[in-house]
Order: sequence, then C-alpha cells, then structure tokens
Amino acid sequence: MRFDKYEWTAISIMVSLFIIVGFVQGWSVSLVILNMCIISAIMTMGVNISWGYAGVINFGVMGFLAMGGLAAVLVSYPPIKEAWHVGGSGLGISFVLLIGLVIVVYFINKLVKKKSHKYWLNGLVIFFGVIIIRYFFLNATSKIEEVDPALAGFLGGANLPIIFSWAVGGFFAGGVAFLIGKVALGLRSDYLAIVTLGISEIVVSVLKHEEWLSRGVKNVIGLKRPVPYEINLQASDWFINMVTWFNSSKLNQIIDPDQKKEMLNNLIIDSSSLFVKLNYAILFFIVMIVIYYFANKAQISPWGRMMRAIRDNEVSANAMGKDIVKQHLIIFVIGAAIVGVAGAMLVTLDGLFTPSGYRPLRFTFIIWIMVIVGGSGNNLGAIFGGFVIWFAWIEVAPLTTFLIEIFTSGMDPQNVIRLHLLDSVPYFRYLLMGMVLLLILRYRPKGIIPEKVRHS
Amino acid sequence: MVDFINSIVVLLNFVIIPGLSYGSQLALGALGVTFVYAILRFANFAHGELMSFGAMITILFTWFFQSQNIGLGILPTALIALPFGILATIVLGLLSDKFVFKYYRTQKSVPVVLAMVSIGVMFVVNAIIRIIVGTETIKFSDGQKFIMKAKQFKVMTGLNEGLALKSSQVITILITIALLTFTFWFLQKTKTGKSMRAFSDNEDLALLSGINPDRVVFITWLIVGTLACVAGTLYGLDKSYKPIIYLNLVLPIFASAIVGGIGSPFGAVVGGYVIAFSEIMVTYAYKKFFKYLLPENLEPSSLVQLLSTDYKFAVSFTILVIVLLIRPSGIFRGKVL
Repeated sequence: MRFDKYEWTAISIMVSLFIIVGFVQGWSVSLVILNMCIISAIMTMGVNISWGYAGVINFGVMGFLAMGGLAAVLVSYPPIKEAWHVGGSGLGISFVLLIGLVIVVYFINKLVKKKSHKYWLNGLVIFFGVIIIRYFFLNATSKIEEVDPALAGFLGGANLPIIFSWAVGGFFAGGVAFLIGKVALGLRSDYLAIVTLGISEIVVSVLKHEEWLSRGVKNVIGLKRPVPYEINLQASDWFINMVTWFNSSKLNQIIDPDQKKEMLNNLIIDSSSLFVKLNYAILFFIVMIVIYYFANKAQISPWGRMMRAIRDNEVSANAMGKDIVKQHLIIFVIGAAIVGVAGAMLVTLDGLFTPSGYRPLRFTFIIWIMVIVGGSGNNLGAIFGGFVIWFAWIEVAPLTTFLIEIFTSGMDPQNVIRLHLLDSVPYFRYLLMGMVLLLILRYRPKGIIPEKVRHS
Repeated sequence: MVDFINSIVVLLNFVIIPGLSYGSQLALGALGVTFVYAILRFANFAHGELMSFGAMITILFTWFFQSQNIGLGILPTALIALPFGILATIVLGLLSDKFVFKYYRTQKSVPVVLAMVSIGVMFVVNAIIRIIVGTETIKFSDGQKFIMKAKQFKVMTGLNEGLALKSSQVITILITIALLTFTFWFLQKTKTGKSMRAFSDNEDLALLSGINPDRVVFITWLIVGTLACVAGTLYGLDKSYKPIIYLNLVLPIFASAIVGGIGSPFGAVVGGYVIAFSEIMVTYAYKKFFKYLLPENLEPSSLVQLLSTDYKFAVSFTILVIVLLIRPSGIFRGKVL
C-alpha cells in the first residue's frame, strides 16, 4: 500500500478533522463521530466493491445492515428457554415442512415436462403447502410471543460474545444477497437499483413484524459489549492508577486532599467513558484495516482485473470466456457481506437493535453519496467518502446554526423567519448532501480520489 | 340474497372504493414516472419529492385562501389552490431540468448516472420541503368530509352493513378520470403528442424528421409536473399530508410503472390499480365477508387474512419481483429492461 501525495493529503485531512473537533468540542464527541465514521467507511467499502469493481448496483444497503444487526442479536442475546420450550417444536415442524415443500417443487420442475401442467401443479402444491406450514408456524409464533411479552417474547440468541456476530452478520447479509442476486441480477442497472431498494424494504419489514425472531418494533436493548463497562472500569485499580499517572502533573498542583480526590473522581468518570469509546474505535479500526487490505489485494489480483474487464466491457469479457452472471453474483454477495459486517458493528456500538430505525434515506442513499463522493473503484476513496460525509452529516447542524445566527443577526431575535430557520436546522443536512452529490457528479464524476488504473 | 348483498357492500366499502382511490393516486404517479422514463430515459427517484412539493405548495395556497375566507363550500379549498401548486411543480421540474438533468442529457450519460443525479435532486427538494413546512402531519381537507355516511346508507337501504363514501375519494377518482382522458387524448390525437411518442420510440429518427427536442422535453415537464402535483395533492387530501410519506410512495409507484410495462402510459395506469388492489386485497381480513356468504356452521374462526397489514408495503414489491421473473417487459409489453 503506497500512497501518493494526493492520498496523503486526504488522510491528513481526515486525521486533522478529528483533532480539531477534539480540541473544540471535546474528545468524547470526536471519538463518537470517529466510530460512526469507521463504520460508515466499512459500509462504503462494501458498496464500493460491487459498484466500483464490477458496476453491480446495490441499493439494498439498508436491508443488509439490518441483517447484520439481526446477527448481533441472535449471536449475543441469551436464549429464552421458555420460548424455545413452547414454540420450538412448532417452528421445527414448519421448518421441516418448508424444506419438504422446496424439495417437492424442485422435483415437479424436474419431472413434469409440459409447461402449463408445471405451473398449475406448482401453484397447487405451494398454495396448500403454505396453508399447512402457516398453521404450525402461526401457532408456534403466537405462543412464543406470549412468553413474558414485556421483557422477552422472542426466541433470544446463542449467548456468545457479540464480537462473533460481526462475522455472522456478514454471512447473514451474504445469504440474503445470494437469494436477491439469483432473482434480480439480470436486470438493467437502474432497475436493479429499484428492485434491491424494494427488497431491502421487505427485509426490514419482516424484521419489524416477525416478533418471535427479532422482537420487532419492541426493540432489543441491553446487548452485550465487546469492551469493558464504565462502572467496572471505575472500580478497577489498574484503571484508577492509569488515570492518576496520566494526570499526575495536574493532580500534583492541587494541595487540598479533598479537592484532589473529587477531581480524581471526575477524571475517572470522564476517562472511563473515553476509554470505552477508544476501545471501540480500536476494534473498528482493526476491522477496517483488514477489510481495506484484502479489498486492495483483491482489486489488483487477476480476479480484480477480470472484474474491471467485465465492468468496462461486458460483451468482450463474455467473449473471453468469463462467466458474467456468476461473477456478478459473487461480487454482489461479497459487497453485501461487508455491509452486513458493518451492520453488526453498528448494533454492537449502539447496544440496541431497533428495526424501525432502518430508513432508506439514512442507510441507503447517504451510503451511496459516500461512495460517489469518495470515488468509486478506489478503496481509500471509499473510506475517505465515508469519513467526510459522516463528518459533514454530524457537523453541519452546529455550522448552520452558526451561519443562520450570523445572517439573521440584524433581525429581531423573535422574528418569525429567524425562529423558523433555527427550528429547521436539522434539515439543512439533506440540502448539503444533495448539493454535494450534484456538484460531485457534475464536476468530478469520478469522485474525490478517483480510481487508479494500473497497467500490468 | 340479503346476505349476499351485505357481503358485496362489505367488499365495496373496505376493498373496492379504497382500492380505486389509492390506485388512482398510484396511477397518476406511475404515469409521471413513465413519461420521464420514456422521453428523458431515466428512472426518476425524485418523483415522490416532486409530488410532495406540489402538495406542499397547494397546502400553502389553501391556507392563504382559507385565511381570506375564499372557499368552495362543500368542496375542499385545495381545489382552487391546485392550479398554483401545478404551476409551481412545473417550474420546479423545468428548473431541475435546466440546471441538472440537461447537462447529462447532452453528455449522453448512461441511465444509472441520471438515476444517481435524480437522487441528488431528491435530497435537495426533500430538504427544501422540510425547511419550509417541517415534518409534521398536516390535514388540509375541508368542506364536506363525507358524501354518504355509513349510517345514512344503512337507513337508506335497510342493510346491516354501511357504505361510506368520502368526498376525497370521489374527487380523486373523478379528477383521475379527467386527467387520464386528457393525457391519452393528447398523446393519441394532437400533433405534439404524436411527436412525443415518436421521440420516445426512436430519438434519432424523430430528430431527423424535424421534431424539436427542447420542445418535447418542455412539454414532458409540463405533463409530469401536472401529474405529480395532482397525485401528491390527492394523496394528501385522502390520507393527510406528511412530507416523509412520499419517499415511501416512490417504491409502489415504481412498482406500478414496471409491472404495467415501463414506458407504456396505459400500462402505468393499469399497473397502479393492480398494485393498489393487490396491496389491499392481500392484507384485508375477509372474516366479515365470509360471515355473510357461508352458512353459520362454516363461519371462519380466524380473520381469513392472507398477510397481516404490516406487510402491505412488501406486497407491491413481491408482485414486482414475480412480474420481472415471469414477464420482464411488464403486463403491457413496455420496453424490455
């Protein structure tokens, strides 16, 4: 990984942004933004792999993120034994029946030759099969949802450390992407966009309403953490010693022992929350670097070159014997899996899973703006896009407040227009995002850090 | 026999009339999307926001007229404000074309870039709407709410079941019929309409035969702006206006346009009704309907609902996926994707 001057500039801009925020608004704010920036960067890399490498459009980001979030719940939440007890067998029966149905349909398709017969037979078998499965399934799920509805009402998870869910989230999202890809990848790109957008809405609505699985709109709270809790930190000796050592010069200036103790206490509370955020940042950073490393390796490998060939000229790549349908499916699944990892990380960071929080504007379109702005086809560009756009998304609110105050400073403080503008500060970020996207597409269509074409 | 009529009334009240009015709103929206697709050749993600913008301007004018005590009596004031909304929507469409889309059209960019650009426009218009009216739900229908109340119907016919007819539903259906008739007459009979169809069919040939492309684009935005504003306002009248709802409405609208056969105006209209009716029919609980039809001992104990109403939204997309799998060109053989 050698960066040229331009890329070093981009990296130093990213780093200095956080340092400035750290000094102006405090390190806690800076770290919160940094964590979300890293997660955004991973999402962006996922989309960038399918769009930038192979030109496969993926507007289902929101759905894959939600699948990753589901993985975080299913991996880390303790299992609810009673729910399994009352509903487990019913779910098992309906699952076995579902597999049976799929096998029957498969054989009908294989054995029956005449087309009209095939459609009728398939229709009949699926219709009655679904009715039977629904009977067992609804029975089981309603029982599960009745188990302690205020606290549980779902199956729970596997009670494993949540950090495993990052990988599992990738598998979940990849699996869903495989199914979507099988159905939709033959479409022209702008219609693929609409279809993936729609299917991601279906995924989210399933998560919202299948309460036995994800607790639905009742949300899952209190997920485990991969990092220590603040309260435990504040009680542990090594942490107190570390804080004392870091701030020894400051503490030594205070002579009064009571004051000293109070200050130390405050310092410990502040730095414990800072320490937790820092731990998250380190974990996320490691994941980001690993994905970045492999994404780059893949891009310059023969496989990456083949992908570029498919993207740039599908017909001639096909003539050279490349299986375009298969390769498109592979890269769609890989991209979605990376987005799924980011989804699991997002839920890990929040510590809660809220299916109704997945909205396309925030989780699909903003990610796409990050990809376009950063530079499609360049992984560093993707990271840069993720950082800059998320940073702007957060910091634009204080900035617009500031600007509105300046522009309306001549007005009466109770002026209607001024108050209305101050009320609508949160909406200015959409304006900024739209303008940024339009300007980049017009004047720098390849993004801020464009793809490097290596001739080898 | 009475039972049979009762069951039909139930179906009319809960499925057919709501389906017709929702379908009309979708059909108008889908027609707009189809026009942009057929003539400007891209999938316009900003269409929902265009509808929202039109509805917002109409609401602002409605408020103005209400404050001046100008009204239509039993009809909603929004009807007088509608022309102003249409005008503003057309201006917005033309402005977005001049400053944004035109550049890419002359560059002959691929459709997906234009779709991406339309997302940028979507964000900007979305922000403008939110800055002006916020995100709260706004009810702006006034005048007489019901043409016929459920109780009146019961008294009138002596049936067990009532049939309510909201004036917004009737207005929606009537305006849709008028607008669709006009649009199809325009496309089939006038010279300009014919030139638009020629342009959509084969751009190069149309240019060779002396059709002015700028004029075609201008007329397209006139039609698209009108359709979008009317569809948005009618949806707002029927269900109350909420800025963020229109982003979700884009997806069923696209589904309608594609299911009907993208690029075919008639297909878009049919697609709108297909999507609306299937959304309502799949999620409607038929218990009451069967209660009248079946003998007492066979009465269903469950709700007889295929899918819970939570999945209303997913239905349109499932249909879209099925149609794309079985018949990729849509019901009316639009352009193959």
